[in-house]
Amino acid sequence: MARTLINVPAKAKRGDIIEIKTLIAHSMESGFRVGFNGALIPRDIITLFVCTYNGEEVFRADLSPAIAANPFITFHTIATESGTIAFSWSGDNGFSAAEFATITVE
Amino acid sequence: MSEFRSSRRRFLAASARLAAGAGLASIVAGRPVGATPEALRGAIAEIVGDAQLREGRVTLEMPPLVENGNAVPLTVAVESPMTEAEHVKAIHVFNEKNPQPYVLTARLGPRAGRARVATRIKLADAQRVVAIAEMSDGTFWCASADVIVTIAACVEGIE
Repeated sequence: MARTLINVPAKAKRGDIIEIKTLIAHSMESGFRVGFNGALIPRDIITLFVCTYNGEEVFRADLSPAIAANPFITFHTIATESGTIAFSWSGDNGFSAAEFATITVE
Repeated sequence: MSEFRSSRRRFLAASARLAAGAGLASIVAGRPVGATPEALRGAIAEIVGDAQLREGRVTLEMPPLVENGNAVPLTVAVESPMTEAEHVKAIHVFNEKNPQPYVLTARLGPRAGRARVATRIKLADAQRVVAIAEMSDGTFWCASADVIVTIAACVEGIE
């Protein structure tokens, strides 16, 4: 499983707009680079990132080879209720990773 | 003399307006100024379709000069109340000179609260990056930024 780094505030007031930062270790090989033998290195990227808040999708991003290695994505959501914010990444060669963070809303 | 001055001033004002209008029109027509490759135009047309693409409401923050094209920070912010009735549906980012024009498509909704997305991208050359916001009312807004890259990404082989 790829290493991930998630930054979600542990506590928030109801209705607050919170910033979520995510980072995942991945080479994001673009498929346009040439290797030692002169052949193209096959593409190996993360193509999809999804964030759900207590099961409801709040953010989704389609990634392309132009995203830098170790994709770092920052976005916002409204803190509606206490619960789990789940993150999932999927991509080429059956890549898949998931992580979650808990938030307490007062 | 005063007559001449005033007419010259009027001429300058009019030509400035004309130039600004021409710049805007070229984007609206899907033909951004400069040597924009066909691929970028095609990719934008695929997203926007027949709708009008207007400049404004979108802020694209990128450093004007970067040393390393392998990781260029990018922030897109869109002015929107982000309510059920009026929100940003998606943010699309395109580039001009990478092997492919697509960079990122982020889908958001009223639950986002604030239409602001940040990431890091690869740039193969000094080029223009375009961000397009797709609104819930079906309108499209765009902003672009020119970035100079000294060490390019993607194209170099492994030494």
